[in-house]
Amino acid sequence: MHTPVDTVMVEQRAKSFASRSIKTESKQQGLRLALSMIDLTTLEGKDSPEKVRALCTKAIQPWEGEIDPPLPSVAAVCVYPSLVQVAKRALEGSGVAVASVATGFPSGQYPLDVRLNDVKEAVCAGADEIDMVINRGAFLSGEFDVVAEEITQVRTVCGTAHLKIILETGELETLENVRLASELAIQAAAHSGSISDGEVFIKTSTGKVNPAATMPVTLVMLEVIREYYKETGIKIGMKPAGGIKTAKQALHYLVMVKETLGDDWLTKSLFRFGASSLTNDVLRQLVRQHTGRYTATYDFSEA
Amino acid sequence: MTTKAQELSGWEYSLAPETTKIDIEQKNKLFIQGKFVSPKSRSWFSTINPATEEKLADVACAGKADVESAVTAAKKALPKWSRLSGSQRAKYLYRIARRIQERSRELAILETMDGGKPIKESRDVDLPLVAQHFFYYAGWADKMQYAFPGANIEPVGVCAQIIPWNFPLMMAAWKLAPALACGNTCILKPAETTSLTALRLAEIMQEVGLPEGVVNILTGAGETGKLLAEHKSVNKVAFTGSTAVGKSLMRSTAGTGKKLTLELGGKSANIIFADAAIDQAVEGIVSGIYFNQGHVCCAGSRLFVEEPILDEVVSKLTHRLRSLRVGNPLDKNTDLGAINSQEQLDTVERYIRNGTEEGAQLHEIHSERLPSKGYWCSPCFFTDVQPSHTIAREEIFGPVLSVMTFRTPQEAISRANNSPYGLAAGIWTNKGSKIFEVAKKLDAGVVWCNTYNKFDAASPFGGFKESGFGREGGMQGLRPYVRLQNQSRRAK
Repeated sequence: MHTPVDTVMVEQRAKSFASRSIKTESKQQGLRLALSMIDLTTLEGKDSPEKVRALCTKAIQPWEGEIDPPLPSVAAVCVYPSLVQVAKRALEGSGVAVASVATGFPSGQYPLDVRLNDVKEAVCAGADEIDMVINRGAFLSGEFDVVAEEITQVRTVCGTAHLKIILETGELETLENVRLASELAIQAAAHSGSISDGEVFIKTSTGKVNPAATMPVTLVMLEVIREYYKETGIKIGMKPAGGIKTAKQALHYLVMVKETLGDDWLTKSLFRFGASSLTNDVLRQLVRQHTGRYTATYDFSEA
Repeated sequence: MTTKAQELSGWEYSLAPETTKIDIEQKNKLFIQGKFVSPKSRSWFSTINPATEEKLADVACAGKADVESAVTAAKKALPKWSRLSGSQRAKYLYRIARRIQERSRELAILETMDGGKPIKESRDVDLPLVAQHFFYYAGWADKMQYAFPGANIEPVGVCAQIIPWNFPLMMAAWKLAPALACGNTCILKPAETTSLTALRLAEIMQEVGLPEGVVNILTGAGETGKLLAEHKSVNKVAFTGSTAVGKSLMRSTAGTGKKLTLELGGKSANIIFADAAIDQAVEGIVSGIYFNQGHVCCAGSRLFVEEPILDEVVSKLTHRLRSLRVGNPLDKNTDLGAINSQEQLDTVERYIRNGTEEGAQLHEIHSERLPSKGYWCSPCFFTDVQPSHTIAREEIFGPVLSVMTFRTPQEAISRANNSPYGLAAGIWTNKGSKIFEVAKKLDAGVVWCNTYNKFDAASPFGGFKESGFGREGGMQGLRPYVRLQNQSRRAK
């Protein structure tokens, strides 16, 4: 059942993407692209409507300064279900999507009806995208049918909202598990109805477990997406989340996407970064290329 | 509001050329007795950049009198050098290693300019291994009695070391480091097309104060190598290069008492079983045959794929080839650089024509980035290859792979071994027991399991059959450079 994955060679290949030299024009372009792919995220118990509104303002216009051509907005704002309405209102008409984690995020250790209801409410509140967690307990105990069935049901409840399936790879531990879970998640999502390009994503992590996204884990997931595309012609999206903090790291990921899946996937409708602190580092680099000077951290708004 | 949720997409890498300027002497002299001297032959040849066809410099072509001076220098330096304690010799080797690290950027760029290999490889693979080799054998110099317990250990004497153009500095290190550690003196003859970095190594020998005559470097063509190997005062010949030259060296040294080691050609088998991690095996195919434009003696040039996964492997390999960047070797994003010489390009192209004529199916990924000048060959592979085809038997020494299939492990083993060569092999399977079972039945000096083209100073390298004999690297790499006398003493 398991497709074998060789960790040593995956790591070697993942490392090779980081040795690409991205300078001048391609750096500028790559950073803008990365910025447009960010799901600006806040997932804390202490999140307030005020904080979410600030985040939304930042999402629409990441930097207040003048730069030509103007910087893109980020792809989405990602919040807990209780704050979806706040985000929806703040982002109206901006083209920035509202993503909501659901299904008892981050652990998923709740009865299925509670998790499904969680999704329903988030969708009702206006979420464009749902970031669900898989049942890792069931997966690790070998109850793959249970994991798949739950994913299928969640996708059905999502309706037209896009679905991102979080594998929580830090808990799956091995790359073979990551590969198997990716295959299983995509198949299960497809089981609930046809998928159009970018309607379903697989996502590495909640950001609450260490390790979160790594290059080798993401590479294995990209390879599964590549295979599924070859078999069906359907483009599944990818979202590494957690642990991507610097502009340089973001560029390494883009190189990996480009060389594994091709340019088609280099768009926010098929690739996202789940991150919060990444935004300001990308901005710092962009502004430096523009003005020739490094800015201080306080030159960029928090959020 | 100035910003909108724009839909950005697509992305190209900008040019990323290595811009550090390297000064190159117009006339590159011979290195004899610790000094750079003009050739007595008064003969020079030019060396070019294979990526641009521009002339880089003139290099001295050593003749008979020059060989004589170099051998005399090495012979004169021998008694003192071989009597130094191991720890003293180690000091020099450590200094050489450190100096190589300090000058590694310059050396990597020059290696790329003179030989055509991508700067990414000379910087990240060649140079680190060059330094590592000197460090490693520096460590052995004062521990020889642990390598050969109970024996009286003597150096062999004057060593003639003839190296190829595919890894110029790395081959120099593989030859010089163990020889010097054991107390020998050396005359190194680099390949005609790649002499420049060996001469920088000569500068380093001067900088670290290596005693005069311990290392001499003679540039020149095949004739220089022949004169050197046949010189009567040479005690040991070490050669890396073609099987044809290796055979003639074996004939010419027979009966002379000279020690000989040969590291020759190969047509190494890379075997992929259906239970392998296929995405990673494809990486192994790529690093097996396209590394250094396939100018690698142990290149995995015969690929054996278990029949059920042939289509998958071919499709994934084709996809992967599209992401390889061929072009200016000085660009940091280049994966395949230039073919080393016009002559080698002609050979590779002749084999590609051969393959097509004999009925194999060519798969080529055309690259639009190829410069108009220079020697270029896009990476390619053949399917429908028969074991009798020329491209399945002869060493091509270029980015050309022959893909064949098998059905059972026994068939894979017998087809892999059906070659006059026996240098290296690769096995890809997720099953540990299969690795051990297959590896021990393969007639190859080096077997890589779930990896390919991995080198380390601590790991012995060398072949069976027509791929040569003797080992370089590791403790085994010391053996060709020592004479062992086993003394039996009566207990008191």
